[in-house]
Amino acid sequence: MNKLLVVSPSPHVHSGDSTPRLMYNVVLALIPALAVTLFYFGLGALIVTAISIVSCLVFEFLIQKYLLKVKPSISDGSALVTGLILAFNLPANLPWWIVVIGALVAIGVGKMTFGGLGRNPFNPALVGRVFLLISFPVQMTSWPLPIESRMRYIDAATGATPLAIVKEGLSKGESMSSLADQIPSHMQLFMGAMGGSLGEIAAFALLIGFVWMLITKVITWHIPVSIFATIGIFTGILWLINPEANADPIFHLITGGVMLGAIFMATDYVTSPMHPKGMWVFGIGIGVITVVIRVWGAYPEGISFAILIMNAFVPLINRYMKPTRFGEEL
Amino acid sequence: MLKTFPKGGVHPPENKFSASKPIEVLPLPKQVVIPISQHIGAPAAAVVAKGDKVVVGQVIAKASGFVSANIHSSVSGVVASLDPVLDSTGYKKPAITITVEGDEWLPEIDRSSDLKKDINHSAEEIVARINEAGIVGLGGATFPSHVKLSIPKGKKADVLIINGVECEPYLTSDHRLMLEKADELMVGISILKKALGVERALVGVENNKPDAIAHLKQIAAGYNGIEVYALKVKYPQGGEKQLIKALINREVPSGGLPIDVGTVVHNVGTAFAVYEAVQKNKPLIERVVTVTGKKLAKPGNFMVRIGTPISMLIETAGGVPEDTAKVVNGGPMMGKSLSTVDVPVTKGTSGVILFPANESLRPAVQPSCIRCGRCISACAMGLEPYLLIRLSQRKMTERMEEERILDCMECGSCSYVCPANLPLLDYIRLGKGDVSAMIRARKN
Repeated sequence: MNKLLVVSPSPHVHSGDSTPRLMYNVVLALIPALAVTLFYFGLGALIVTAISIVSCLVFEFLIQKYLLKVKPSISDGSALVTGLILAFNLPANLPWWIVVIGALVAIGVGKMTFGGLGRNPFNPALVGRVFLLISFPVQMTSWPLPIESRMRYIDAATGATPLAIVKEGLSKGESMSSLADQIPSHMQLFMGAMGGSLGEIAAFALLIGFVWMLITKVITWHIPVSIFATIGIFTGILWLINPEANADPIFHLITGGVMLGAIFMATDYVTSPMHPKGMWVFGIGIGVITVVIRVWGAYPEGISFAILIMNAFVPLINRYMKPTRFGEEL
Repeated sequence: MLKTFPKGGVHPPENKFSASKPIEVLPLPKQVVIPISQHIGAPAAAVVAKGDKVVVGQVIAKASGFVSANIHSSVSGVVASLDPVLDSTGYKKPAITITVEGDEWLPEIDRSSDLKKDINHSAEEIVARINEAGIVGLGGATFPSHVKLSIPKGKKADVLIINGVECEPYLTSDHRLMLEKADELMVGISILKKALGVERALVGVENNKPDAIAHLKQIAAGYNGIEVYALKVKYPQGGEKQLIKALINREVPSGGLPIDVGTVVHNVGTAFAVYEAVQKNKPLIERVVTVTGKKLAKPGNFMVRIGTPISMLIETAGGVPEDTAKVVNGGPMMGKSLSTVDVPVTKGTSGVILFPANESLRPAVQPSCIRCGRCISACAMGLEPYLLIRLSQRKMTERMEEERILDCMECGSCSYVCPANLPLLDYIRLGKGDVSAMIRARKN
């Protein structure tokens, strides 16, 4: 045998896992929620999602090619995930040009200024969402009504989200029981029949996505479960103290993007801790901040800010929450 | 619940194609090349000269120091040369080349296949014989076995652990040995127990070898103080520290040895060699080698004389398949790729794997780490490979030492799972070199 052999250091086998495979599994996990939102918000949801995805891909391509002058990597699926998640954070009647601005901020400011995939400290889609929320507070908080506005886009009839109704009512001194007939039942909420951002409405569809990502080992359970547990326990205590002045924990868990945030945004690899111990700290932090904002803050909804705030702590968490080294136990 | 080690680990496809192939004795080659350094420690010193006649079992290079091992002629014939020869490391190393003539053995070697159960030697005599026979760890680490049996003052072993895990994919040599030489193994284990003065020996075998587990359990019933345990399949369970943790739930401290937690680990292949050395006067001149590969015509397990060219092994197994692009000496996770197949089988050669072209090159490296944390979950030592690669690239040597880079046993699990295909282990190896150099410099 005279031909040359390949010589390389071990290991000589690889799991076959790849960044694109992980990203496209996240996209698959988002499909049930996308189907539900298309059912409730129809045309508007379709337009916002399409514009968001296309803008994110185009901005990533243009910035990589002409500003960073590197080989564009839009096929790795990360810009697609950002586009989908950004759309899921927007109302279905948002004018198209605001969506484009959101995509530019998400990809341009949130991701590429730091050097692209793997280097951004904050979740890009959330950077885009929060930028829009602060810049366009009116458009970003007018929510089309589910089902009845299905065939409309920016001319959709709008209403408030259940969380906003509760926040508004409680701040005026009304009691939970008097607000009950203004908000859908828990079952309706769980199935997504409420006003809200595209992707935050259907808890059940997001949970299907969670199970899919657990089965395909894209994420571990630590971050979502620690967020759910913290929010559930914290709001549960408040509710037990005074059920008339505080919404119940189930309500808090299935409204206002907790599911979307905990399952799909807090678990973003790049901006979350690397080790389960750190994941618990991160998840508990997000849970506590979310409830504090919801109950005592100015916004009815708090998980976006909570995730961004905890994103800032990730390097610190990674520095101090280390795996137990072999030989340290016992 | 089957026992296993709790932290980290991966599940590469097993691909044990040769598991059902009985051990075949490979015919004698025309020439053998026997490197004088086939073990960890000081190379042996050649005691033959060009033109000397040698017979099977004759010492041709003597151990030079405590951590070293004798080298014996594996064939009878004439010493053709003492010139350095390319070996599996890719470097030219001093070696003894012998042209084979006939098959004449030292008369004191018992070549019969009769089982000799009675152990008539004292612990000291056993260790001396193992030393004399040039036995090294046959799992692949090739650490001289007599050193492990010489317990330092103040330390004590209470249990012997026998490694029959064979967690590397593809390899089946230990599996076949456990099936075909179980009685000899049990005697070998009994000898090791006596040498260490322990009452208990635990044999750990992964559960993907149910036939070997059942057979060993049945045979072990006829011996005192030997227990066989099935272990949950997980790489790198054959790692000494992982196996100890799995079987007796003790953790060897960082930088420590198994004896620090009261145990000594030997491979099943080593236990078999100990049987032959002590009961049959036979030094380590041959071993079982798995030759395998997805495209190989006749993958199998062969009893091979040390120094036989790997090319001859591959010929016997059906020849090099057309699209072979990589040949690995050892397992796919920790083995070394060869630059040529014209290198000899040594004491540490547990297998030879031929990879087709489409599995020979690494997948393309992605632009960046996405911080998914898979490398941390995979690390059986609780290290953070994503961090170590960055520290190593930036030559932050003291920080690497703090992050316990020297605990890395180079099992390759981190590189195996990395979705960005980053060369994690490559940089960790470089980093380990830097840290070791720093520690040496500190002592001066």
